Amino acid sequence: MKLATQQKALALVFSLGLVAGCSSTGGTAEDGSDDSDVSAVDQEGGSTVYGGDDEDGVSSADMTEEERREAEARAERAEEEAMREITTFYFDFDTAEIKSEAREVLVAHARYLQANPDQDVRIEGHADERGTKEYNLALGERRANAVERFLVVNGASRSQTETISYGEEKPAVDGSDESAWAQNRRVELVFQ
Amino acid sequence: MMGTQMTNRTNTGTRLPAVAWLLMIAVMVGSSPASAELLIRITEGADSAIPVAVVPFAESGDMPSGDKISSIVQDDLTMTGEFRPLPAEKMLSLPSKGDEVYYRDWRLLGQRYVLVGQLTRKGDRIEARYELFDVNREERVMGATASSSVNSTRSLAHHISDRVYEAITGVPGAFSTKLAYVTLERAGGKPRYRLQVSDVDGKRARVRLESEEPILSPAWSPDAKKLAYVSFETGKPAIYIHELSSGDRTRVADYRGLNSAPAWSEDGRSLLVTLSKDGNAEIYKLDIESRSLKRLTNHWSIDTEPTWDHTGEGFFFTSDRSGGPQIYHKATEDAEPRRITFGSRYNARPRPDNDGKYVYYVHQRDKAFHIARTDLRTEEETVLTRTESDESPSLAPNGRMLIYATKQGGDSVLTVIAADGGAAYSLPASQGDVREPAWSPIAR
Repeated sequence: MKLATQQKALALVFSLGLVAGCSSTGGTAEDGSDDSDVSAVDQEGGSTVYGGDDEDGVSSADMTEEERREAEARAERAEEEAMREITTFYFDFDTAEIKSEAREVLVAHARYLQANPDQDVRIEGHADERGTKEYNLALGERRANAVERFLVVNGASRSQTETISYGEEKPAVDGSDESAWAQNRRVELVFQ
Repeated sequence: MMGTQMTNRTNTGTRLPAVAWLLMIAVMVGSSPASAELLIRITEGADSAIPVAVVPFAESGDMPSGDKISSIVQDDLTMTGEFRPLPAEKMLSLPSKGDEVYYRDWRLLGQRYVLVGQLTRKGDRIEARYELFDVNREERVMGATASSSVNSTRSLAHHISDRVYEAITGVPGAFSTKLAYVTLERAGGKPRYRLQVSDVDGKRARVRLESEEPILSPAWSPDAKKLAYVSFETGKPAIYIHELSSGDRTRVADYRGLNSAPAWSEDGRSLLVTLSKDGNAEIYKLDIESRSLKRLTNHWSIDTEPTWDHTGEGFFFTSDRSGGPQIYHKATEDAEPRRITFGSRYNARPRPDNDGKYVYYVHQRDKAFHIARTDLRTEEETVLTRTESDESPSLAPNGRMLIYATKQGGDSVLTVIAADGGAAYSLPASQGDVREPAWSPIAR
């Protein structure tokens, strides 16, 4: 179930990515009024919003500027909300470098934290089983710290974040192959 | 308790041939977690070990049930990989004292040494009188008596093994020492971490701490009476000192971030620890009494896994300041670190021997993680293991054997090897994992 949701969210992120050129205003997301995903997705699915600029006002002629902005903001909120379904971020062996595909999602989390100052997040760092347990504890912490710094730089407050490393102690999946290791080298965000 | 007196001990100081053979042993765990013992079964032997005949000891009076003292001694000697025992059914006679030993018989059987003995019940104690003979030289190597309470004849047997081992090799035996390790069971959803202490043959295991959260890095105090370790029982890692006789525990480090990798100083008054309270993983000296800290490393990289060297002045540690984890040494607390390992891109968790000759560590070669050692004088590196997911090396106090954790069929098991590389025996738990072994010092 959870996986299916994540895949859907990912698919959405990718589809948005293709057309995001004109819609990413870089503005701060408002606290979403929590209108349903469905209508938001429908909005995105129609060409109304994104067609606007490209077609030089032709199809958006009957929308006011205000309506256009509102729709755009709604789409953006939907996009970020979908991205925030993703709370696990993966790393290469013995590195704490945040992968490029994780950045946009982490920005969405950071904006959400900025908009919701009462929301705290626990940042849990993990390593795969290879190498030594104590070094892996430090490596898991380094990964958690990297994600924490990224969130703070993008708007979250230090008072909202807490990091912990479990090293190799809490694998997401059992197994001793490259696929298991890749899924275990991770940082998980736990919203509290 | 044990008493001993010794007569006519001759230290032969025999140099043993390199142990170039493999002994594989499978093990089981008892069903009750509180007494989960790691049982040893020998599945493979080899030719170059020293043939020794441990003759079943003669008995007078009521003996406690359970394993015979002479068979425990035989198992002890066998599990080092340095000795090959003679099965009792092949013996031509069963002497129990010196004047019954006919060297010619034992020479015909190809034996180098013969151990004989007698057990006598004296009230609630068992007394052992035992003698070791060198078949080639036709002389008595040693003779001694020792006793224990009826309930601790395993201690008596390990004591005899220690003395016999030392008489033949010139190196003190480590059979009376202990192992600390952590078992992990995931059955039924909730993980159960158990910190246990057992004899070095896996027997007499006792659970000392049980938790649903990780327990890591047990480290013995120099007097073998306390363990320091990392426990996540409060939801975050903290370092505890646990006195084994009383069960009393003290939380000695609980800073923001990492609290990990404790290592005792030789005087037992301080711990080297890894803390990240100042931003990232650094090594500190923690005075146990006052709780004061002295920071010993200062670098943006990971510095962890500290351990004092044999002088007690300097220490080894792991740092990834070169890009990946490597072993470093500081000759004093304030000296510049010197890099020790260069052989591959991942070398971590150093454990030096007691005389400054070698440092042992986890070493990545190709895709596998082995235990390796570097000769500190020649800088020559030797890979010691053929297993491929090796962690947590811990050296026996006599420097002859080394225990580490590895994977066997998906589970983590403990394996003991001769410190120069011969494989000896393994101690898997039948349920779940056994990991993080720590070999105790010789109690004093």
